[in-house]
Amino acid sequence: MLPLAFTWSDFFQQVVFGLAIGAVYASLALAIVLIYRTTHVVNFAQGEMATFTTYIACTLTANHGWSFWPAFFATIVIAFLLGAATERVIIRPFERGDPLTLILVTIALFVIFNGLVQWIWGPEQKFFQGAFSPKPFTIGGVSIAHQDIGVIGVTLATVVVLWLFFRFTKLGLAMRAAAIAPIASRLMGVRVGWMYAAGWGFAASLGAVSGMMVAPIIFLNPSMMQSVLVYAFAAAVLGGIESPVGAVVGGLLLGLGTTLLGAYVSWIGVDLQLPVAFTVLILVLLIRPAGLLGRHVVRRV
Amino acid sequence: MSGIWLRVLGYVAILAAVIALPHFVGSFTTAEFTYVAVYAIALFGLNILTGITGQISLGQGGFMAIGAYTTAILSADHGWPQLLTVPAAGLVAGLAGFLFGFPALRLAGVYLALATFALAVIIPSIASAFAFTGGSSGILLELPTSPIGGVSVDTWLYYVSWAVAVVGFVVALWFVRGKRGRALRAIMENELAATASGVSLSRYKTLAFGVSAAYAGVAGGLFGILSFIVTPGLIPITTSILLLAGLVVGGARSFLGAIIGAIFVELIQVYSADVLGPVINTAQKLGLPIGDVEKTTPGVPSVVYGVILLLVLFLMPRGAAGLFSRIAGLTRRVV
Repeated sequence: MLPLAFTWSDFFQQVVFGLAIGAVYASLALAIVLIYRTTHVVNFAQGEMATFTTYIACTLTANHGWSFWPAFFATIVIAFLLGAATERVIIRPFERGDPLTLILVTIALFVIFNGLVQWIWGPEQKFFQGAFSPKPFTIGGVSIAHQDIGVIGVTLATVVVLWLFFRFTKLGLAMRAAAIAPIASRLMGVRVGWMYAAGWGFAASLGAVSGMMVAPIIFLNPSMMQSVLVYAFAAAVLGGIESPVGAVVGGLLLGLGTTLLGAYVSWIGVDLQLPVAFTVLILVLLIRPAGLLGRHVVRRV
Repeated sequence: MSGIWLRVLGYVAILAAVIALPHFVGSFTTAEFTYVAVYAIALFGLNILTGITGQISLGQGGFMAIGAYTTAILSADHGWPQLLTVPAAGLVAGLAGFLFGFPALRLAGVYLALATFALAVIIPSIASAFAFTGGSSGILLELPTSPIGGVSVDTWLYYVSWAVAVVGFVVALWFVRGKRGRALRAIMENELAATASGVSLSRYKTLAFGVSAAYAGVAGGLFGILSFIVTPGLIPITTSILLLAGLVVGGARSFLGAIIGAIFVELIQVYSADVLGPVINTAQKLGLPIGDVEKTTPGVPSVVYGVILLLVLFLMPRGAAGLFSRIAGLTRRVV
């Protein structure tokens, strides 16, 4: 289990790999935060929606001969439409439901999307050709996989594009307004319902990005995103479920932390990565109940 | 006839149905309804915690796993008689739940749901990492035997499980009565107002967590005995999710509803795909261009089950119990 001797090159290799996995957690966590901020729903189906769209990307590349990048962008658009349609058709009727009902609605969606994937594409795992080669290159004695750098780069680019969108476009402004003050926005002429749908759409696109990034690393299969979802929840909660920056930081910390613990603490290994991660999470919540970067909601009495 | 007598009559009728059932159905159905009793016990606990105190928990399966492992370790490694381990399973899980209640005190709503979800996810991986829980291969239990001649082991386990369920039902009714019950409901309605009226949040919330987990532990202990083997995969996260769904389907505040919820939890896993045939037939008769779908195709049962869950949530937002009280309200107006 334990590496024979500690070497810095080995350590940096683990760090890069940890950040790459963390970037995958971060983009799914960001999707969860996005939906939570726009519609106050914790979407348990986020991971399965990501798996579903990744299978679409796989069909485009493997069966229709598309190359990776056209398929990547087409899938992002398809995911957006899928997410928006899901909000309009399925979430909308439950808009005024209590939190328990909404959690169960997304759990039902989880089951449906998981079933659809198995129904359409079969339960066996598939090979998904990624854009980046898993072969390593060497910098100063540290060998790093192209894939890891690619995953980190794509995720960071997505986050930056999203931030620019929310900060500098009119639609982004309208979406933020609809999330913060739905009634006032409606009075100002914002189509609040469609803003919610757009929020779900963007979240589904982010999920698709994380799915397409992780599939070449761990093979494409119907339950691919389930463990990623668990870590993404942890990342979102760690950062504070209302904070996009928190979700990214939380995801990267979690990926880095679990990879390093698994590599260097022999009794943790692979089995105990998840329990250790969650024990840390619960401890963090004990000290900061709204996460690292979350705001404490002060209620007026 | 006043309401209370009607209610007692209802209880007696259900009890009679439970006692009579194994005489009319085969051993397969008997075994299915044994599991219904087990899920009902877990749901009584979830009713107290989520339905009455308002604390959403996706971790009920985690406490069931703790109960199952307690039963397995005590009976296989320490030679306890299997049925005696069931109360111990309740105690151990209850203690764990009580302790989990303290960190949970600081969490509300979504954070609590996610923390309990985490709990249900980590308990199986902890179990597979240590030797005293048998690692990933788990612990093998002795096959249970029926102590009464002429009664098959299936029937025996059925009556044992339902006896425990009936005791659990009565205890649950007693638990939510009076001052304590009012305090728990007050916490659900408005924590601030409850505190202002002198309800100690820490005391009652940890109590609710403990009692709810104890119910899960008892259910888990029975589940272990019924399964003969306790492994990390025995109670997956889907069980916790299904239990929460069963709670809503039955009606979150009704203990009788919990039994309906338990039937839902058991049957939806086995029969959801059977609904598909008639639906497709009807659609084809209406002239819709739908091909035949084999219900055994992978994924099809899940899709049907998810759609059923959505329909139930949409049509009966307050669960079966809510539906009953609405019907009862109608008949009262008519009669």
